[in-house]
Amino acid sequence: MSDTKTVTRAGARPLSPHLQVYRMPLNAVLSILHRITGAAMSVSAALVVWWFLAAATSEGYFALVNGLLTSWPGDIVLSLSVLGLWFHFCNGIRHLVWDTGSHFGRKRVRQTGILAVLVTLVLTAITLFVI
Amino acid sequence: MHEHRTERARVSGLGSARSGTGHFWEQRISAIALAFLAPFFVYSFAHALGSDYATVRAIYSQPFNAIVALGFVLVACLHLVQGLAVIIEDYVHGRAGIVWLIAMRLLVGFVALTGAFAILKIAFSA
Repeated sequence: MSDTKTVTRAGARPLSPHLQVYRMPLNAVLSILHRITGAAMSVSAALVVWWFLAAATSEGYFALVNGLLTSWPGDIVLSLSVLGLWFHFCNGIRHLVWDTGSHFGRKRVRQTGILAVLVTLVLTAITLFVI
Repeated sequence: MHEHRTERARVSGLGSARSGTGHFWEQRISAIALAFLAPFFVYSFAHALGSDYATVRAIYSQPFNAIVALGFVLVACLHLVQGLAVIIEDYVHGRAGIVWLIAMRLLVGFVALTGAFAILKIAFSA
């Protein structure tokens, strides 16, 4: 008897988190972004190394690659790379702090998440407009 | 059902290989190194990008800038291998996963080697 009751109650409940209508908490979004920015920076790394190779090769080849990276599509890619780098940097420091076992509380995680986003924006602005 | 094997035989070959935390630990170490290197590298690179050929070569013939750039490129590639390996292990299974892991290591290794060669050539010839 109790068995059938359990089955009915389980059947009435939602079976999955229903990702389409589930508003992800800030930290879930940041976690996914950490992975995306990390993987995406492999493209940035290849571009930066290409630029160094050009500077090591000849003046003409350097002019070509430097021109490509400072053209408007190049600017967009590198600006996004800077944004991705500083986000991965800030969020990575959160991960290193968590690895020591501290700042794990629900409120603390949200606070440091917001802080990481703000510091990312500040560092990106400094890199793009000041340096 | 009666289990004929001994407890010891049942677990033999299973379980910890005593190196399970190695990858995790090495990724943290490369992360710490990058946290120190990244600000200095971004600073020199932001200055150099868009400058003329002679200025760029002058910037990266400075020992400090060259050492930071070399360290950043090498450790970033190491960290990239560690991170991409985790992503591939998560999403690509079986034989395809092995192929991806090998291809990824070769590609990132090529980027690291090229970067190291280029930075050293600029540092020593400018």
